[in-house]
Amino acid sequence: MMIKINISSNVIGEPILAESMIKTRTALNISQAHFDSTYGEIIAEVETDDFKAIRKALESKGAKVTVLDYPIVRDEEECVECGACISVCPAHVFSFDDDWGIAQNTEKCIQCGTCIKMCPHRALSLEK
Amino acid sequence: MVEKSIEEINRRIKEGNVNVVTAEEMVGILGELGAKEAAKEVDVVTTGTFGAMCSSGVWLNFGHPEPPMKMNKVFLNGVEAYSGVAAVDAFIGAGQLSETEGFDYGGAHVIEDLIRGKSIDLHATSYGTDCYPRKTLDTTLNIYDLNQAIMINPRNGYQKYNVATNGINRTIYTYMGSLLPNYGNVTYSGAGVLSPLSNDPDYQTIGVGTPIFLGGTKGHIIGEGTQHSPETNFGTLMLRGDLKDMSADYIRAANFHEYGTSLYVGMGIPIPILNEQLAQSTAVTDKDVVTNVLDYGVPSRDRPVLRKVNYEELRTGSIEINGRDTPTSSMSSFKKSREIAGELKKWVAAGEFFVNSPSQRLPAKATCKPMRQTTRNPLVQDIMAKDVVVIDENATFHEAAKMIMENTFSHLPVVSEDGKLAGIVTAWDISKAVAETGCNYVKDIMTKKVLTSNATDPIDIAARNLDMKDVSAMPVIDNDGYVIGIITSNDISKLFARRR
Ligand code: SF4
Ligand code: SF4
Repeated sequence: MMIKINISSNVIGEPILAESMIKTRTALNISQAHFDSTYGEIIAEVETDDFKAIRKALESKGAKVTVLDYPIVRDEEECVECGACISVCPAHVFSFDDDWGIAQNTEKCIQCGTCIKMCPHRALSLEK
Repeated sequence: MVEKSIEEINRRIKEGNVNVVTAEEMVGILGELGAKEAAKEVDVVTTGTFGAMCSSGVWLNFGHPEPPMKMNKVFLNGVEAYSGVAAVDAFIGAGQLSETEGFDYGGAHVIEDLIRGKSIDLHATSYGTDCYPRKTLDTTLNIYDLNQAIMINPRNGYQKYNVATNGINRTIYTYMGSLLPNYGNVTYSGAGVLSPLSNDPDYQTIGVGTPIFLGGTKGHIIGEGTQHSPETNFGTLMLRGDLKDMSADYIRAANFHEYGTSLYVGMGIPIPILNEQLAQSTAVTDKDVVTNVLDYGVPSRDRPVLRKVNYEELRTGSIEINGRDTPTSSMSSFKKSREIAGELKKWVAAGEFFVNSPSQRLPAKATCKPMRQTTRNPLVQDIMAKDVVVIDENATFHEAAKMIMENTFSHLPVVSEDGKLAGIVTAWDISKAVAETGCNYVKDIMTKKVLTSNATDPIDIAARNLDMKDVSAMPVIDNDGYVIGIITSNDISKLFARRR
């Protein structure tokens, strides 16, 4: 499953991620990371069985953990299968299938919303 | 030499033994048979495209109200339609935005709603005349209530389109979609192998009066489109079709984020294969259609060309820009383009759609001129303050405070030892420094990432940069990084106020 980890400025200098991984003996597969002096945000994949442990570890060190379980939804009535969304998605959720239709792998979605602004037909949304 | 006549082809269409193929299928046929045999074998090649065509709109005739009215201003669901013609005619353009909903709803949406049979609120005002006394009107109507709803698109079906990318360090939102920073992605339009004009680039069969597929029904080409520029391979078409017969499968409203509304139009042209030359040209491939990749980060009419690219490369999903693989996105739908070429093929094969020779050829010699501008664009150097005061980065913030007090500027560019721009401080930075401890020097409190401007930038560009970054002043630097002036949003507002 995909999770988002937010780290606020007061603990940003500390090795929260590494410590939590070592402590719980869990692997986080990090797909996106953004840090500056005020906050940090990490998008990572974690085995469902390990999730509870790693969340506990991370939260005990002051991080905020959100499960990304509402991935992008494509309204097939509105979608014209142009492919505009393909190049802007950082997680490579969209691609063309063999017939130039849209194939999607929503499990990889990190809920960033970038594709929503790109879609000329307002076919994409993140609402549950 | 193979020579076929339009009559011969139409006879076959009528008899049901016409050989019609799509432009995609033609590539293989020509490869197999060669131009001569293919010209004998194939009678009609169908093309198709489905993409954003902003230059689209519909002429509407509402019928006369009682008492009658010469509509002077017309709004359809809050979107203004042009009515500077006779009493109850109006043209709704795809790109016109709603007065109340802005980017969310525009002329394109009115057009789609009409096609879908939805009710539209009509609001009109007038000054009243002896023959047309009525001054205001509000009613609700749908497409069936109208006398005519004729789509007239001034410029559709571009022969090819430029490809867009963006070299600056923020995402820009354009009519080519979101362009990610630092050449983060590439967007393109057009149907390549299926593109109508690329399949008959000499306009041998495509001309005034050519019957076409438009929005799911039969339409016509009424001439060359605006900005028709065949000499640079950017030919365009002006189209007409009856909106009442169109389908929302092939006409769709679109919203481009922070750009506006546009209309996705489905269009296809049948090309009668009269000779070998046409057999050859309709076998054009994605690889043969070559276009330019432009940097849309440069806000100018003359955007720099980064490279040439063909549609085969674009369709692989990534192309190389500055040595890096950059993902591509199509803005038009190839799947729909195929559907349209396929639909048109069915119509011809079923004996429902005939070809003809144009009643007039499209101009083959023309280029699109830029605008003649009779007033000079004001440049940053025309209004920047040249007597700008700068401060050394090693000065204390007390000195900076003193300098701001003594001068009228609220922004103080900071220079390093070599005299080049290193940062900027404002009165606000200084008051923050007073409140905090440990910051004694200008270099500790200054903002290091400074938005700058060049003396020769047009004012409109500087103004947009200030707006986008929400800052109120920019140092103007020369090519070596020395500060030669400062421009403030205040100066710009004063200038714009004068220009009104
Ligand atoms: S950008 Fe929108 S319309 Fe185009 S393929 Fe993606 S979801 Fe569909
Ligand atoms: S929200 Fe859209 S752009 Fe972001 S990861 Fe999900 S699919 Fe990709």
